[in-house]
Amino acid sequence: MKQDRVISAILTLIAFSAIFGLVVITFFIFREGLPILLRIGGREFFLSSDWEPKEEHFGVFSMIVGSLIVTFGAMVVGVVFSVGLAIMLTQFSPPRLTAVLKPVIELLAGIPSVVYGFVGVVTLVPLIRDYLGGPGLSVLAASIVLGIMVLPTVTSISIDALRAVPRPYYEGSIALGATRWQTTHMVTLKAARSGIVAAIILGMGRAVGETMAVIMIAGNALEIPHSILDPVRTLTSNIALEMGYASGHHRQALFATGVTLFVIIMILNTIALAVSRRRVGGRNSK
Amino acid sequence: MTKTQRAILVLGTAVLCWQLCSGCRRDDGRTLNVVGSTSIQPFAELLGQAYGKKHPDHMVDVQGGGSTAGVQAVANGLAHIGMCSRSLKDEERDQFTPIIVARDGLAIIVNPSNPVSGLSREQLRDLFSGSIKNWKEVGGRDGPVRPITREEGSGTRESFVSLVMGKTRISRAALTQESNGAVKELVRGDPAAIGYMSLGLVGGEIKALLVDGEKPDAANVLTGGYKLVRPFLFVTKGAPTPEARQFITYVLSAEGQKALESEGLIRAQ
Amino acid sequence: MRLSPVVAERMTVAFMWIMAAVTIGVLLFIIAFILVHGLPHLTWDFLTQSPESMGRRGGIFPMIVGTLIVAGLAVLIAAPIGVATAIYLTEYTREGRLTAVIRFGADCLAGIPSIIFGLFGFVFFAITLKLGLSVISGALTLALMVLPTIIRTSEEAIRAVPYAYREVSYGLGSTRWQMVWHVVLQSALPGIGTGIVLSLGRSISETAAVMLTAGSALGLPHSLFDSSRTLALHFYILSREGISMSNAYATASVLVISILVINLCAYWLMQRFAAKGGRNG
Repeated sequence: MKQDRVISAILTLIAFSAIFGLVVITFFIFREGLPILLRIGGREFFLSSDWEPKEEHFGVFSMIVGSLIVTFGAMVVGVVFSVGLAIMLTQFSPPRLTAVLKPVIELLAGIPSVVYGFVGVVTLVPLIRDYLGGPGLSVLAASIVLGIMVLPTVTSISIDALRAVPRPYYEGSIALGATRWQTTHMVTLKAARSGIVAAIILGMGRAVGETMAVIMIAGNALEIPHSILDPVRTLTSNIALEMGYASGHHRQALFATGVTLFVIIMILNTIALAVSRRRVGGRNSK
Repeated sequence: MTKTQRAILVLGTAVLCWQLCSGCRRDDGRTLNVVGSTSIQPFAELLGQAYGKKHPDHMVDVQGGGSTAGVQAVANGLAHIGMCSRSLKDEERDQFTPIIVARDGLAIIVNPSNPVSGLSREQLRDLFSGSIKNWKEVGGRDGPVRPITREEGSGTRESFVSLVMGKTRISRAALTQESNGAVKELVRGDPAAIGYMSLGLVGGEIKALLVDGEKPDAANVLTGGYKLVRPFLFVTKGAPTPEARQFITYVLSAEGQKALESEGLIRAQ
Repeated sequence: MRLSPVVAERMTVAFMWIMAAVTIGVLLFIIAFILVHGLPHLTWDFLTQSPESMGRRGGIFPMIVGTLIVAGLAVLIAAPIGVATAIYLTEYTREGRLTAVIRFGADCLAGIPSIIFGLFGFVFFAITLKLGLSVISGALTLALMVLPTIIRTSEEAIRAVPYAYREVSYGLGSTRWQMVWHVVLQSALPGIGTGIVLSLGRSISETAAVMLTAGSALGLPHSLFDSSRTLALHFYILSREGISMSNAYATASVLVISILVINLCAYWLMQRFAAKGGRNG
């Protein structure tokens, strides 16, 4: 039918424009960022800690370390909670508690990052400064806040992973006389392991990308932190701090930082995808 | 589609078209875009509002971003006037026209509980570079020194570097904050902190240090006693547009300068 | 010391309850902290007046308008495009490598930090396309940001529609488009709606990307090419500059309440989605 063909053509056009648009962004970022990488070389850019834009020194190593440390810290804080909540909601929770917890987790996901950062600065930072030492703006503060921020992501994907475990596994274990907890940690968790790992990796991706809360709470010092009470600067904060006024090589270096982030997240997403694929393809014997 | 849905769709489309059309009258020159230094921003906003009251069909849009961002915005065509809280660099002087609209002192601030009340410029340099790591070396309490600095593109930072640091680099362990207010908040809460900010914005909750024995206040800046002073510049690309010139004239007028002085700045002279 | 299974079970359950309590506690703390400090200052005047003296006095009316326009426009642009793309991917092409690649691409782009979109928007929309720091720059940037999410959630919602529906429709002699429009979309609408509503929430909360595309002007935007400050950015500036903490809290309260309302809508939509037997049908 003619109408159908016209609509089909319109849809095709829109879809390809959307995809094209998204490809353009990727292309643009790489185009702006790669030249400087080629100019000063990967080693200088990635492995040097000397970030001094005025003297054309663009080494982001300390910021890569910063991003990784803060992300790792966030996972330490968040994973136990997220996975624990996921287990609880799927295995142990009475329906009424589930009805309360699920919206709560979704709300946590909706709160703006500037609010998280602000509450962290006003409540957490003075606590750390007065009772633990250091300036308060620190790896610790950033890890705690980020851990809370990625909790919804990790929890919901873990829930999906746990739900995907076939019911007979659970029933078989209970039938054999195991308690719910024994079933959980000996059967269900093992079966859902790859999905949960994928959830954690995707949570890391989110933590790496967080900007506003981190600027407010991490202190943004250029030096690599020696302890969790030291301040730290991440890749994202660096871009946000300097984006407005950078020009020429400096701006290209910021785009190159963007490329770095892009690549890190692509790698994390790929790993997550590969890891979660394994569970779908049947059980690996253990 | 029900009648209500159709009505909403038509109405919505009409509103959208109207918006787009009104947007097409883009640069009618009525809205002045002023972008740049976060130090100058509050004062520019104040004057912009006063100016808007006198000339109701002229809007002044003020945004922050930092001094260098302001200069960049003028270069990119994003702004008519750039606000710059430092002197222009040599390479910038060719392209841009700076106009001094006020002068501002640069205050060195510490927590009120800090017993130190004055330092020399050399001591300041050593504190911020990390050479002096403990407050007791300059007469304070025993404890680590925590220097706080601004981001790279900040005019306040540039002025500080050229007035105090010279060729010495600021310590890499210094905390970086993106606005005067953030520096102030940090110093207010941390007894070990030391930072720098616009003198006009200091207020009562923190302590401004004497530098080389000179008191940090507007009067002392005017007489030339307090040496840490930087210009507040309005920067344009080449000659200012007529609308920009009108606003600049207002800022430089007696009324404008008086308003700035009452806020703690020093007149352009 | 080996714990008996029963004891281990009880301990685990207790631990779980503690975690649930802490999670709920954290959320309540954050919301209560903001609302307790902010609600007392949230007056009708505050919502309808313009700010004075950099935000020390006055209200946040231009910010509300600015946020609605920027976020609303972003979703208005992204939603039709995203849903159309999702329809195309599910109904008009065959499942294969191409769709898998596109899906992976959308997933990756959904994970890209907002600051990178901000960087792109600043250089491309504001400078290269000469749109300047404006509402339209901000809206276009945000639209790109939420587009992958809308594509993904719409796709999921459309896929959840049982194949039987499509068969029946074809059996009655409909064309593909008729089937899509009258059958599939009607069923998938709540799910698609949820994705769009959540994207609206994300647009409202976004700060990094709008900071350098929509700018931070205090005035009411008169056209799409005027700069405007969103609520989240206003809150950020007020609190960072220490201009007025009471106004900062009040602004944050408006933000938090909006998010609560939006989440409520999304939740309600999801219930309708589940009720229609979408997910597991």
